[in-house]
Amino acid sequence: MTVEHGLFGVKGTGDTSGYGGLVRKRFNEHSAERPYGGYFDEIADELERALPLFNEDIERFVVDRGELTLHVRADRLFYVAQALRDTPTLRFEICLGVNGAHYPADKERELHCVYPLLSMTLNRRIRLEVSVPDSNPHLPSLVELWAGNNWHERETFDMFGIIFDGHPGLTRILMPDDWIGHPQRKDYPLGGIPVEYKGATIPPPSERRTYR
Amino acid sequence: MTTYDPYASSRETTEGRVYSVTGNDWDSLVTEIGATKEERVVVNMGPQHPSTHGVLRLILELEGETVTEARAGIGYLHTGIEKNAEYRNWTQGVTFVTRMDYLAPIFNETAYCLGVEKLLGVTHEIPERASVIRVMMMELNRISSHMVALGTGALELGALSPMIFAFREREKVLDIFEMVSGLRMNMAYIRPGGVSQDIPDGGIAKIRETVKELRHNFKDNAKILIGNTIWMKRTQGVGYLDLAGCITLGITGPILRATGMPWDLRKSEPYCGYENYEFDVITDDGCDTYGRFLIKMNELEQSLRIIEQACDKLEKLEGAPVVIQDKKLGSPADLKVGPDGMGNSEEHIAHIMGQSMEALIHHFKLSTEGFRVPAGQVYVTVESPRGETGVHLISDGGTHPYRVHFREPSFNNLQSLAAMCEGSMIADVVAAVASIDPVMGGVDR
Repeated sequence: MTVEHGLFGVKGTGDTSGYGGLVRKRFNEHSAERPYGGYFDEIADELERALPLFNEDIERFVVDRGELTLHVRADRLFYVAQALRDTPTLRFEICLGVNGAHYPADKERELHCVYPLLSMTLNRRIRLEVSVPDSNPHLPSLVELWAGNNWHERETFDMFGIIFDGHPGLTRILMPDDWIGHPQRKDYPLGGIPVEYKGATIPPPSERRTYR
Repeated sequence: MTTYDPYASSRETTEGRVYSVTGNDWDSLVTEIGATKEERVVVNMGPQHPSTHGVLRLILELEGETVTEARAGIGYLHTGIEKNAEYRNWTQGVTFVTRMDYLAPIFNETAYCLGVEKLLGVTHEIPERASVIRVMMMELNRISSHMVALGTGALELGALSPMIFAFREREKVLDIFEMVSGLRMNMAYIRPGGVSQDIPDGGIAKIRETVKELRHNFKDNAKILIGNTIWMKRTQGVGYLDLAGCITLGITGPILRATGMPWDLRKSEPYCGYENYEFDVITDDGCDTYGRFLIKMNELEQSLRIIEQACDKLEKLEGAPVVIQDKKLGSPADLKVGPDGMGNSEEHIAHIMGQSMEALIHHFKLSTEGFRVPAGQVYVTVESPRGETGVHLISDGGTHPYRVHFREPSFNNLQSLAAMCEGSMIADVVAAVASIDPVMGGVDR
């Protein structure tokens, strides 16, 4: 999902390594094939029964490192989450928050949102992932389902600029109210000022040459 | 017409008249407010108020002494740790995350390292001694964190002696941290692959001795507070939040266990080998501040039990490695205290400089670019003193994290403030906040 040019963090000219023309694509999540293993198949079966439009709602099943990720269509997120919470055989009572991620190279799906869910009754965990385009970053709010998502959604709005429709009061939470920009996006530099020491200048961390 | 006072002035805004109160000016304020015939007053408590645990700002709407609405304003300690971690390598990330919830640094470090190890797929290669040390350090940390919660909680309600006793015990735990890691707080002791260094000689004996002292001294606070009439009147039925409220608000930790729900990740999803220790999950059915207080008090003994079992295991595992044996991951290698301070041991220097080219390459690669972590994402949790600390890590296959997100229990639990406080007296807000035990470093990150 990320595309990188060159090696050693060099941008533009100045690369003497010979790797300046290197283009690498990183990230490739494949949809998993059945059987997913463990209780994941059971969740898939139950969800298929609970959701009339299962095949459209769930874009991908990803099983990686023993964790199940359901990629959900953004406009169907609320219904899928409700089914996961209310279906007696699924019982994901707790949503442990919201987390954003910014993938500038993933065109038309730049902003991702991740919801870790926990079923205390059945001691199971899954993760919901949705993606929205940067040009229209709207997601349905899940505060109605899990009141605890209130601050988490505000934080994700603050840090990524994802707008949660239906949120009772979507304002910035960590940054000052009049702050410009959304700090956790990849196009937002890591502040900092160059430090001068004995005549040499050390640039801020986001402008340094680093291994990647 | 009053004279202008720069410290106790008032000004008109769209929301009504705003007064600045700085102390010693209550009489003039009361006279002025009394003249407006307004019953409803909005008070900003904090962000610099001695009873709000650091820089928490409470916005309280009052009618008389009753709180009709309560909101928390946070962000005053936001330091961008998650963003910073994206510009450092995976090992350096430990140094950042340890500063989030500064009363529970070992939990942050462990959660982060478990996440990195899961991404690397080396969870089962972590040496047993390293896991036992992690468990022991976490439980010691639970004690030091609970001691602050209990001590400051009591202090905020006007009880001074418990604070003195609690900080006395906490000091002993911090001494152990200093002996083991060299630092009292923010140790960056747990590293991906293990721990940074082994317990020093004679360390286990010192820990056993401290456990005995702690067990004896904990009784001081128990005697002062448990069953104390004033304490119970200030805490029983205060800050009420039942199971349904906890579940919808995503509350974990002592607040959830105070509703009678025996939910503890150490039992439900054991990590670091917690399934091999004997301990009880403490619950209470009061759903109130007193119940949470009792849970923290009783968890101290359970932590001591785990520490003793960990000491037994460590004695059996004497001399075993404390960092993963994969030379491409295990860093730092073989730390020792030399004449000029902490650093790689002389044997290690001799090995990389004189004996093995591969060892030198590994050392160089680890010191300059760090290790690469296969692409993917994981969510890993540990039971911290305040509830579920969850770490969501995303790697794009590089030497730096692509995204580090902490699901901080303090951040999540602080949301319950409105549910606990609205309709109560203003003095009970202080008790409720103390029972939530928010650490602003973790809330704001």
